[in-house]
Amino acid sequence: MGLVRFLARRLLLTIPVLFGMSVVVFLLIRLVPGDPAQVILGLRATPEGLAAIHRDLGLDLPLHRQYVQWLENFVTGNMGQDYRSHVPVIVLLRQRLPVTLELAALSMLLSVLIALPLGVAAAVRRGGTADRAATLLGLVGISIPDFWLAIMLILFVALGLGVLPSSGFRPLVDDVAANLRSLLLPAVTLAAGLAAVLVRMTRASMAEVLNREYIRFTRAKGLRERLVVYKHALRNASIPIITVIGLQSGYLLGGAVVVEQVFDLPGLGSLTVNATLERNYPVVQATAMVIGLMFVAVNLATDVAYALLNPRIRAE
Amino acid sequence: MMAASGDVVSIEAPHRRRSSLRRSAAMSAGLVIAAALVFAATFAPYIAPADPTSMDFQAPFHPPNRAHPFGTDNFGRDVLSRVLFGYRTSLLVGTGSVALSLVGGIPLGLLAGYLGGAVDHLIMRPMDALIAFPAILLTVALAGVLGTSTFVLMIVIAVVYLPIMVRTMRAAVLAVRAEPFVEGARARGASNLRLALRHVLPNAIDPVLIQASILMGIAILIEATLSFLGLGTQPPNPSLGLMLADGRDIMRDAPWVVVFPGLAIMLAVLSFNLTADGLRDVLDPKADRI
Repeated sequence: MGLVRFLARRLLLTIPVLFGMSVVVFLLIRLVPGDPAQVILGLRATPEGLAAIHRDLGLDLPLHRQYVQWLENFVTGNMGQDYRSHVPVIVLLRQRLPVTLELAALSMLLSVLIALPLGVAAAVRRGGTADRAATLLGLVGISIPDFWLAIMLILFVALGLGVLPSSGFRPLVDDVAANLRSLLLPAVTLAAGLAAVLVRMTRASMAEVLNREYIRFTRAKGLRERLVVYKHALRNASIPIITVIGLQSGYLLGGAVVVEQVFDLPGLGSLTVNATLERNYPVVQATAMVIGLMFVAVNLATDVAYALLNPRIRAE
Repeated sequence: MMAASGDVVSIEAPHRRRSSLRRSAAMSAGLVIAAALVFAATFAPYIAPADPTSMDFQAPFHPPNRAHPFGTDNFGRDVLSRVLFGYRTSLLVGTGSVALSLVGGIPLGLLAGYLGGAVDHLIMRPMDALIAFPAILLTVALAGVLGTSTFVLMIVIAVVYLPIMVRTMRAAVLAVRAEPFVEGARARGASNLRLALRHVLPNAIDPVLIQASILMGIAILIEATLSFLGLGTQPPNPSLGLMLADGRDIMRDAPWVVVFPGLAIMLAVLSFNLTADGLRDVLDPKADRI
């Protein structure tokens, strides 16, 4: 099967996932015990207010028509408005999304920079210092609660050393240095968990490849060790590593929910949490849908990446 | 995973090889810590140095000392006692959610993997939709909708775990179903039900157990995280996440109120991760061993 057919098939496979995802998000509001309009308005509920929300959410229609209407609105960017500020949800998304994406990208970069060389070094010299460091990082990194790591960084680095801001955000367009300073601690927090998973996978995958026949052959040919490790071995070890990076980007988006809250960053995550606490359902639905969509997109990109790296996968 | 070595391919279901369990240092360490934590949580009312809620306005902000090994908070409450009681919530949510997801996930995964075809699709497509969300996001959204309490949290985490369990079980069943011993039993006239329960299930359960141990640790993390965000356990119920949320306001004066609960969470999660690593070494010697 050619690359094009593989891509076409993979794209088709996302359709049922997207459909299921949208149904889950749509049903979220309908799971609210009692009348969601009542919950949204609380003590401020008036008959007119309730009726207006019923109309907005389409709660007076049969369920399947509600779904179709909701999906139509979502796809056309009409996602309703924030019940507190009356700002359209799409505007909020446009403000918040870049912050989360920048945070995720920075965390990913940091964790790859740490985990990849460490994992490779650990596999090359097993039992050495790098190996021990990798094992420790692998175990502690996945066990440490990210919001607690965030608190510790604020307490000991931001407040203790006073070198980096403990909260707040400067946009990239304002001031690049200030922007990076405001994102460094949140990115380190998120990177820790990711680096842990990545270092484990890199070490395992490299160790397996380094044992193969062809590596012994390239060594026997007298190639320099660095070339053997980084060119010949790492390329073949990269498929499981890329898979893990792809799978873990979901973790990054999820982790952003918490870390943004602790560092008071105006991203998608803190928007989701605050909207959830305020029972601001249109915002919750929109953010859940957007994060879900990004997750699906990243998974798709991961599959495409391996198809490019390994032609055998396309054949299946 | 099969013990199909030797000169003849066995067509008997290989029985669990408990006798040949190799000792795994990681698992022993993990199990010892986990057992100690379960013990401490269960008997918290007897071993805690103080009542976790009793305030002592004579002794606020005490740093760790002999009477208060983890110090006291702004109300003079003993931090160690509060950690021990917080463990009760952590472990309750952890075991409850993992047990619920096993109860749902084992039969669904077995059905999907064993029967295949339409049943497989019917079970797996909704699972794909559920797994399409990052776990923490789904728990946040569900907790926001269903309300906030320890019990809801347990259900929510179980829902998030369900597709993971179903997938793990299904994959293991698919692998075992193709083994010669299953064919052998079928040829001897075993019924589908007997094949699935007697032959496939016991030989496909190992990955599920490993997964359960990992998910136990993650459940403790999720409970703490959601309670920290205000979406889980509500005061005055004890929770390590809540302690961290409250402690943030006073951490400059009393860092121990945020340091110890966090270390406590980490220790619990670490013990279950170590157990999972050890289980993997023992149950599945081929996987992930370098």
